[in-house]
Amino acid sequence: MSSPQNQRLEIECFLLAGKLLMQSGAETFRVEDTMRRMAISQGYTDAVSYATATGVFFSAGHDTPTRIVHVTSRSFHLDKISRINDISRKLTSHQLTVEEAYEALLRIEASGQAVRPAMQIFFAAMASGSFVLLFQGGLNDIPVAVFAGGFGYIFLLLVQQATKIKFFAEFISSLVIGCTAAAAVHFGLGIETDKIIISAVMPLVPGVAITNALRDLIAGHMVSGVSKGIEAFLTALCIGSGIAVALSFM
Amino acid sequence: MDWIYQIICSFLATLGLAAVFQAPRKALVSCGLVGVLGWMVYYILTLQQVDAVPASFFGSFAVAIAAHMLARWYKMPMIVFSVAGIIPFVPGGMAYEAMRAIVGYEYILSLQYATRTGIITGSIVMGFVTAEVLANAVNRVRSARI
Repeated sequence: MSSPQNQRLEIECFLLAGKLLMQSGAETFRVEDTMRRMAISQGYTDAVSYATATGVFFSAGHDTPTRIVHVTSRSFHLDKISRINDISRKLTSHQLTVEEAYEALLRIEASGQAVRPAMQIFFAAMASGSFVLLFQGGLNDIPVAVFAGGFGYIFLLLVQQATKIKFFAEFISSLVIGCTAAAAVHFGLGIETDKIIISAVMPLVPGVAITNALRDLIAGHMVSGVSKGIEAFLTALCIGSGIAVALSFM
Repeated sequence: MDWIYQIICSFLATLGLAAVFQAPRKALVSCGLVGVLGWMVYYILTLQQVDAVPASFFGSFAVAIAAHMLARWYKMPMIVFSVAGIIPFVPGGMAYEAMRAIVGYEYILSLQYATRTGIITGSIVMGFVTAEVLANAVNRVRSARI
């Protein structure tokens, strides 16, 4: 416990950690747990943290105001989760002061992506190509899947940047993938449209998001579980309708 | 030959998706190996005519156990290793079939696919939960001994 000014910084620090974790796709229990541990290590023994997919709440005790931060976007950023985890561990073992931890968190917030967009496209294309064989497709379909997956991911990034609407970007991206695959098969470059489309769409599919939502639900975080589940379901719907539109052209 | 293809492809697919999910660079290769482990468990079981539901359960159980061990080794959160590892057997293909059936006005068929997708997803999650319960129990025994 310290002066009001320090107290404000401390609460700000815990909230920032929670917000960044939620934005990077951490499990809800990890967000709440990390914030509470950080708070307890600084002497707030009756601190309460409550995290949902769209907002994080923190109350340090009776004498301090309860604060809320709004979480507007969520996407996977495992590197950030790992770095924040590191900071919280150092703070709770008193290797870092609150000021240092807050600075480090601000740096993480300002830092860009661990994997550059060009590399992301490369990796997405590589994964798409690999999925063809995992789904029992033929070797001949790999090049088309690599191309369709990479092309679709480029559109995902471009539309996302231009419109800031994730669902629309996913729709356009899967539409592009569907059309690419259908065109390739039409011109005899690929053989099985289905296999190519499934493989190329895998980097977009919200399989992990759905699994995480279910895990939140099972852990008892009903609010975040439901909202993450709806988000994942909407993504699946956007991808599905993109593909459906593409297939209807055939 | 098929085995080599399966191993290489599951490695590349998982590593690629781990990179798309922005995993820390030094953990990338381990993420890929976790994916190979999970996919091989799943693949071998399905070759033995085991249904996709129990096969996904054991696959995700293997992924989660490996992720717990690696998390301790690297001192990173477990989610870093588990997220990409389950991707190969997430029933994306079946969800796609469900969508295709809807486009073809075959609503009953699509419901069948969708239900099955749901059950497989559930078994993947239960694999995770079981591994977590086990990991917690091991931790408790260890700390009790010390």
